[in-house]
Formats: sequence, structure tokens, C-alpha cells
Amino acid sequence: MAGSKEVEWGDIWHNPLGGKERKMLEQKNNNTSEQKNKNTLEQTESKGMSLIVKTITRLTVGLILLYGIYIVLHGHISPGGGFAGGVIIALSFIHLMLAFGKEEVLKRFSSEYITFFEGLGATLFLGIAILGFLAGYFFLDFFVDKGAPFNLFSAGNIPLYNIAIGIKVSSGLFAIFVFLVLLRVIKDKDKQ
Amino acid sequence: MSQLIPLFIVLPLLGAFLNSLFVRKNTKVSDILSLLITFSLSVISFLSLFLVNKYGVLIYKVGGWRPPLGITLVLDGLSSLLLLTVCLVSFFISLYSINYMEKYTSKEKFYTLFLLMLAGMNGVVATGDLFNLFVFLELASVASYALVAFGTEKEELEASFKYAIMSSVASLFILLGIGIIYSFTSTLNMADIAKTLGGSLNKVVVFAGILFFMGFGLKASIVPFHAWLPDAHPSAPAPISASLSGLLIKSLGIYSLVRVIYNVLGLKELFSLPLMFLGTVSIMVGVVLAIGQWDFKRLLAYHSISQVGYIILGIGLGTPLGILGGLFHLFNHSLFKSLLFLNSGAVEYSTGSRQLLKIKDLGLRSKMPFTSLTTLIASLSISGIPPFNGFFSKLIVIFSCIKAGFFGYAFWAIVGSILTLASFMKVYRYSFSTEHTENREIKEAPFFMKLAMLSLSLLCILSSFLFLNKFSNFFLGPAQKTLLEAKNYSTINDFVENVR
Amino acid sequence: MRVYFLCFILFAVGLYAILRKRNLIKIIIGTIICEYAVNLFLILIAYRKDGRAPIYSPGQEVKNMVDPLPQALVLTSIVIGLAVTALLVGLAIRIYEKYKTFDITKINQLKG
Repeated sequence: MAGSKEVEWGDIWHNPLGGKERKMLEQKNNNTSEQKNKNTLEQTESKGMSLIVKTITRLTVGLILLYGIYIVLHGHISPGGGFAGGVIIALSFIHLMLAFGKEEVLKRFSSEYITFFEGLGATLFLGIAILGFLAGYFFLDFFVDKGAPFNLFSAGNIPLYNIAIGIKVSSGLFAIFVFLVLLRVIKDKDKQ
Repeated sequence: MSQLIPLFIVLPLLGAFLNSLFVRKNTKVSDILSLLITFSLSVISFLSLFLVNKYGVLIYKVGGWRPPLGITLVLDGLSSLLLLTVCLVSFFISLYSINYMEKYTSKEKFYTLFLLMLAGMNGVVATGDLFNLFVFLELASVASYALVAFGTEKEELEASFKYAIMSSVASLFILLGIGIIYSFTSTLNMADIAKTLGGSLNKVVVFAGILFFMGFGLKASIVPFHAWLPDAHPSAPAPISASLSGLLIKSLGIYSLVRVIYNVLGLKELFSLPLMFLGTVSIMVGVVLAIGQWDFKRLLAYHSISQVGYIILGIGLGTPLGILGGLFHLFNHSLFKSLLFLNSGAVEYSTGSRQLLKIKDLGLRSKMPFTSLTTLIASLSISGIPPFNGFFSKLIVIFSCIKAGFFGYAFWAIVGSILTLASFMKVYRYSFSTEHTENREIKEAPFFMKLAMLSLSLLCILSSFLFLNKFSNFFLGPAQKTLLEAKNYSTINDFVENVR
Repeated sequence: MRVYFLCFILFAVGLYAILRKRNLIKIIIGTIICEYAVNLFLILIAYRKDGRAPIYSPGQEVKNMVDPLPQALVLTSIVIGLAVTALLVGLAIRIYEKYKTFDITKINQLKG
């Protein structure tokens, strides 16, 4: 029967690894040694990858995010669109997590925000479709317009759908990655 | 009036997405939301039956695009029968799971996944476009893989993995078939494919038909492809077992198989004998393997294989009476198989076990009177005992076999029915025995569970009235006509301009 | 005809991996290979001899383009495949936590 002591799907969301709990745990670990500055530098250097990778990541993560947003917004003019752009935006967050280690990144992005954005993207998509429904047909194009090359505000509803799908896919893929990574952390905590 | 059709897909999707925005512990909002949505869906599905009897065929163009170019949602006799079944039984399952899912954590995620599966099943039944069928089929399947593993115990994860691998191979076969049909006819609209093929029997079309038969046959658990069902259906939580066994194998498996092979490809005569033969083998294999089981839910899962055999035997026969029997048995089986799984869930909720040898000493007949009454009604229905609905539908199937001259198939169907009665006598004797040697504190099931089980058993008794001509012409008549004159499906696109 | 035949051989290779391999992860990889084969088949259906990219710009005549519809079908199919793969990998990690092995001959609690 369910409700056993082992880790279940629900438990992960109720013990978020970001937030105040983790911060208090790390502060307790920090205060027990003498030189606080040296300790934090050692800690941030020992987790994640080497210093070269971290410096380059700081420079390029913003550019990858910008490239992903470009592909989402120009989905009706050039190849790409919602799904491909969403994958690239998710890749920029995963790049951060690979370079800096999971605790640092999970301190700043808590699990509840990621789930909220996922639901928001999906509801936005359905909301735009239902707006068309009230005017006539479901998924109706209510800006009736054809796509002209090199013109950003054209092609009817399609850019709006691209933005909604971009939000949903990026938060969804990042949530999948966080979930696969989170399980490892809880398993290590259980082994200790 | 065809504006109602997209509501079948929009309402559950809206409910699922709104549910996923509430991640907090307040589960009462999720309960009320999903109850409201399933109740309004069942009301709309009743309304759609009236509309189909009045208008014939209703077509809705998504996005305003005309049929060969755009996707259409089609509501004809067969779709409305399945929509009624799916929405009505989901309402009772949603009512039941208000109390049952208290034992699992994260109840709001359960409702999200359940509403997504419901949207997928409604989409499969209501669509008129071949690739749209595949997309909704995958939506419902992926939601069901996650739901089977919901409790995350050892056996549930293993069962869900096996089910997921076999089912994705089946979906890939279906996608291959869609690709072959598209390359042959260069259109994806079902009515347009029927018109283009024009009833000719080409080797490429037969190859695609066999690929579809393998893919949809695995989803419907017809005999060579049944190996995933005895592991996956017992491992799910009880309301999900009820919806998997009662709804998913019918809407994703049997409905899609029949729609594609009879209406779209026009291969009715070619597949008649294989369907009948495999149906009869399913009846016997399911029942013989079920008698030796000592786990309540595993026994019920093997019986699902057997009853699906009756449906396939009836529909494969091709005569008007046979198709009527098959469709009637489809409706009845959803009702009593869901009721049986909900009963086993109530037993598990109160006693904590579903092994028959462990619960036979607890004396449940005096301690859980409601549950034992509903289990008795459901067992008599499935075995085919006169006043209940199972008797009439099995009678029509067997009688149509005899009338068409296939005496061997009718004989094996009767033997299967007798063995079903034997195994349910065993279940009832062991699970609701009168003697108790252990004295444990066992209570009756809580209020909503009792309400759902009683309503389903009342429907079991009421639906035996569908045997009379007046009701069967109203409920089953349009569906029977769609399958009987299968070639008429190609003309439904001419209705597009007339109906608003 | 040769290219379609090669697609089916790729599908058979993936099916061999699903049926005969003993490690859970290799079975998942077999599923992914089968999926690639079906997507490839769908794209190859769309090819027309000496066709060009199906982009419509005013002033050019609409002749000799490859078929754009299966490209949309393949986009949808790739997304569905991603979702199924993510779910299978999550299940495999959970199975490893409970059974402590990836070998399918040892993961056989359900019998009979």
C-alpha cells in the first residue's frame, strides 16, 4: 500500500531543497570553522566544475538564453518556433546547473516556481484558443493576417502560441531535469 | 449545435491545467473542480445522443478550416455511444476517488493526470482526422503509464515499465501505418481517405491494415497481445484500474480498431474471420487463466481479456444482430467491470489486502453489507444471469453466432460463460464469507465510495432495459448503422456546409 | 524503394534491442532507435525528386516543392517521443532505487 516511509512523488515537493532550510543548514556548516571567507571559497570551488568552466559559463549563459528567446519570437519567419526555442532556453538553465553544482542553482530556483510556470504556459495556450472559440470556431485566428517575411508583427495568432509553448516547454524540460537530479540527492541523504 | 463537440476536449484539459496550478495542500478545490467537470461532461454527452438521433452526423471544423485541409471533429452514432460510456463512468470514478485517494500523497497530481487521460480518451473518440487520433491516443497512454505507477511501490513500477514499453511499440506500429496510408492517399481526413480508396483492395492498404490491427489490438488486449494487462491493471490504484479496464481498452483499442478498419480502410470482409477467431481464443484464454488466480484484482484483469473477446466476436461477425450484441456488451462491460474494480478497492481500503486467502477469515459479509451487495450484483451481471444486463448482451452475441451458422464459436462462448460463473462464485465465497475466525475492527466504506458503487449497480439493473426495441433503437441504433453500412462514412464531408 | 527498406531494417534493429537485451537502459535505447526509424520513414515519404524547400514567396511559381505536411507530423512525433523517453528514464531510476539492479531477469516480482 502507498503511504510507506520511502520517497514518493509527493514528498519531493513538500521538502524543497531550495529556500530557508538549506540556507540554515549551510550556515551551520560554515560557522563551525574558523576562517569564514576561506571556507566559502573552498566550498564554492569544491562543488561543480573547475574555475575555467565557471567563468566561461558566467559569460555565455545570458547569450544562450537570448538566442533561445530569439528563436521563439521569430518562429513564424524562420525555422524554429515554440518547441525548439523552449528546448534552448531550458538548456541554458541546465548549463548553469552542470557548471555550478545542483545546490547553488536549486537555492535560487525553487521547485514550486518551476511547476507554476509550467501550468501558466499551458493555461495561456488554452486561454488563447478559447478566446477564439467565443468568437466563432475553436483555435480561430482572430488577427487575420498572413505571414510576411522579415515582419515580426504578422501571421495572426502564431507568435502568441509560440510564446506560450516556449514558456511551457522550457519550464517542463527544466523540471524533468531537476526531478531526475533531485532523486539522487535524497537517496544520498538516506544512505547517510 | 455542433459547437458542443470541442467542449468534450476543452473542459478536461482546462481542469487539468488549472489543477496543476494549485500545488498546495488544499485538495478540496481539486475535488470540487473535477466533480463539476465530469458531471457537466456526462450531461453534455446525454445531450449529444439526442442530437445524433435528430440530425444524423454533426461535424465541427476546428479553426474554421474546411475538411480536406483542416481537422474536423465528428459526432456520429458510434462516437456518441462511446462518449456517453466514457463520461458517465468517469463521473462515478471521480466521485469514488474523493475518499479513496486520501490514502495516497499528492492527490492533486492524481486529478491532473486523470483529467488529462479523460481528455485524451474523449479526443480519440470525437476526432475525424487520422493523425489527431494518434496524438490523443499518445496523450491518454502517457497519462496512464504515470497513473499505473502512482503508488510507487516495487511491483507497481515494474508493471508500469512493462506496460510502457509494450504500449510504445504498439504506438510506433500505428504511426508506421499512418505514414503508409498518407503516402498512398495524400490526405489525413478519415472520410477523405475512405472516398479516395473507394473500397478497392490493394496490397499496400492490406499491409497498413495489418499494422493497425497489431497496434490497436495491443491497446485493446486481444489475445496474442494481452501480456501487459495482468500486470498493469492490478497495480494501479482502484479508481484507475476501473478506468483502465472499463474505458481505456475500449476507447483506445476497440473503437479505434473498428473505426479504422471498417470505416476508413473498408476492409470489413477481409478481417471478419480473424477477428472472430481471435475473439473466441481470447474468451477461452482469459477465463482459463483467471480461475487459478488468488489475487482479487489480477483475477478481474484476466476476466477483462475474456469479455473483450465477446465484444470482438460480436463485432467481427458483421451481421446486424452481431454488431448490436457487441456494442451492447461494450456498454455493459464498462459498467460492471468498473463496479467490480471499485468493489475490490473498497475491500482493500477497509482490510488492507487483496489476496483472497488472507481475507477469507474476516467475515466481511456481515461487516460490509453494501459492498457485498454490490459485488453480488456485479458478479451476477458478468456471469450472465437473467435479470441483469450481462445476460442480454451475451445472449444476443451467442444467438447471432448460431443464426449465422458458426456453431463452434457459439459453443466456446457458452463454455466461457459457464467458467466465468464458476470463477466469480469462488471470488464471492472467499472474499465475502460469513464465518470469521479473526476479529478485526473493519468498517464499511466511506460515504462517497458507497454512493458511487450503489449508483453503478443501479445502472447495471437499469441498462438491462436496453434490450427492448424502443431503447436500443435510441441508444445503439445509430452506432449499429454506422458499422453496418461502413462505406457510407466517406460521404459525411458533404454535411459540412449544411450544419452550423 | 531501397531507402524504405533500410528504414524497416533500422526498426528491426531497435526491436532486437527491446527483445533480447537484459539491461533496462538498453531496452530504453532500443525504444528510442525504433522511434528514430519511424520518424525517418515519415520524412522520406515527403521527398519529391529534385524538389526544393517548401517556402512560398511572392513572385516564385509553386512547382516542384517537397511535401511539407509530414514535416509537421514528425515535429509532433519527436515531442511525443521525448515525453515517453523522459517518463521511462524516470521509471528506470525509481526501479533502481527499489530493486538495486538494472537486470530484468532479477526484476520479476509479478508472476502467474
